[in-house]
Amino acid sequence: MSLLWIAVIAASVLSFVQKWIGYQAPQDVLERPRIARITRLLPIALLGALVATQTAADGTEVVLDARLAGLGVAVVLLLVRAPFLVVVVGAAAAAAALRALGWA
Amino acid sequence: MTAAVPAPSPRPDAPGASLRTIRRTGFSIGLATGLYGISFGALATASGLDLWQAMVLSAVMFTGGSQFAFVGVVGGGGSALGAALASLLLGIRNTLYGLILAPSLPRGGARGAARAQLTIDESAALAATGTTEAERRAGFWSAGVWVYVFWNLFTLAGALAGQHIADPAAWGLDAAAAGAFIALLWPRLRSGDAVTIAVAAAFVALLTTPVLPAGLPVLAAALVAVVAGLLPSRRGATGHAAPEVDASDDEPATDEEERR
Repeated sequence: MSLLWIAVIAASVLSFVQKWIGYQAPQDVLERPRIARITRLLPIALLGALVATQTAADGTEVVLDARLAGLGVAVVLLLVRAPFLVVVVGAAAAAAALRALGWA
Repeated sequence: MTAAVPAPSPRPDAPGASLRTIRRTGFSIGLATGLYGISFGALATASGLDLWQAMVLSAVMFTGGSQFAFVGVVGGGGSALGAALASLLLGIRNTLYGLILAPSLPRGGARGAARAQLTIDESAALAATGTTEAERRAGFWSAGVWVYVFWNLFTLAGALAGQHIADPAAWGLDAAAAGAFIALLWPRLRSGDAVTIAVAAAFVALLTTPVLPAGLPVLAAALVAVVAGLLPSRRGATGHAAPEVDASDDEPATDEEERR
């Protein structure tokens, strides 16, 4: 079994455990302010980092290319409250168009 | 999976009618959220996962943000371990949803396992709009079940399509991943502090990109959240993992200063 398969299965099973454990934990965990705050902030930090690396990282290099234009289009679409799928397709189309034209 | 959850429509008087309305809303949320399983399936196969790996992620992991994070790290050349860690860090919020939902849902047995598996942004959010126990349950199960059904169907469709794409970059699929992450992040940027943390995390990730193996910069950036969470809160309201869930008045109280 490949390493990727092991990661897929392990992460999937542990993801279920994360969900399950919430129902078993004592309710007063929620009243611990630091735990509650970190739990709320983690997705924001992770998603912010993923936006940055998906846009500008290529292996261990930082490069600016057509992906940045795609991100710009995505932000504009979000500002006009476009649905998720439109945002994703818009970002892809912008990058694909720039590459097809040879501009990026 | 962070679809906007519409506020419950004007409430009919009969409780049965309001439950039907909630179930219809659950179906709509399921269809709308499930549709972007297409982009997940296509991105997963374009990132180097095979169809079965994409399907295991959707059927077993079943939490959209984590799934996108997993394939994002793999597609960016990161290690399988880094991909697993990133997805688990994003999944921590599901534990919080379970804590909030526990009093409303049945424990134990097959239903206990099902309620755990269906605990995601959408089901927690629709449950939180209910004012009675019955409404919260109807919201949780309808959104959870329909998102599960459509998310898996559309993942399969996307993965089948993605397998036939020879050069993902020519189709802009790398930019699609960036677009997906900003769209998942967007609804969480409701306060200045949330924006600060997102920008700081992005900065840390890019700063560490040249010096850390691919995948690890994302984890390094997670430290921003830990540090910010440990700092004394200035005026609370530092971003919300589950803004919709917080909209309910009668759930177990989180600490007062976190509430708005």
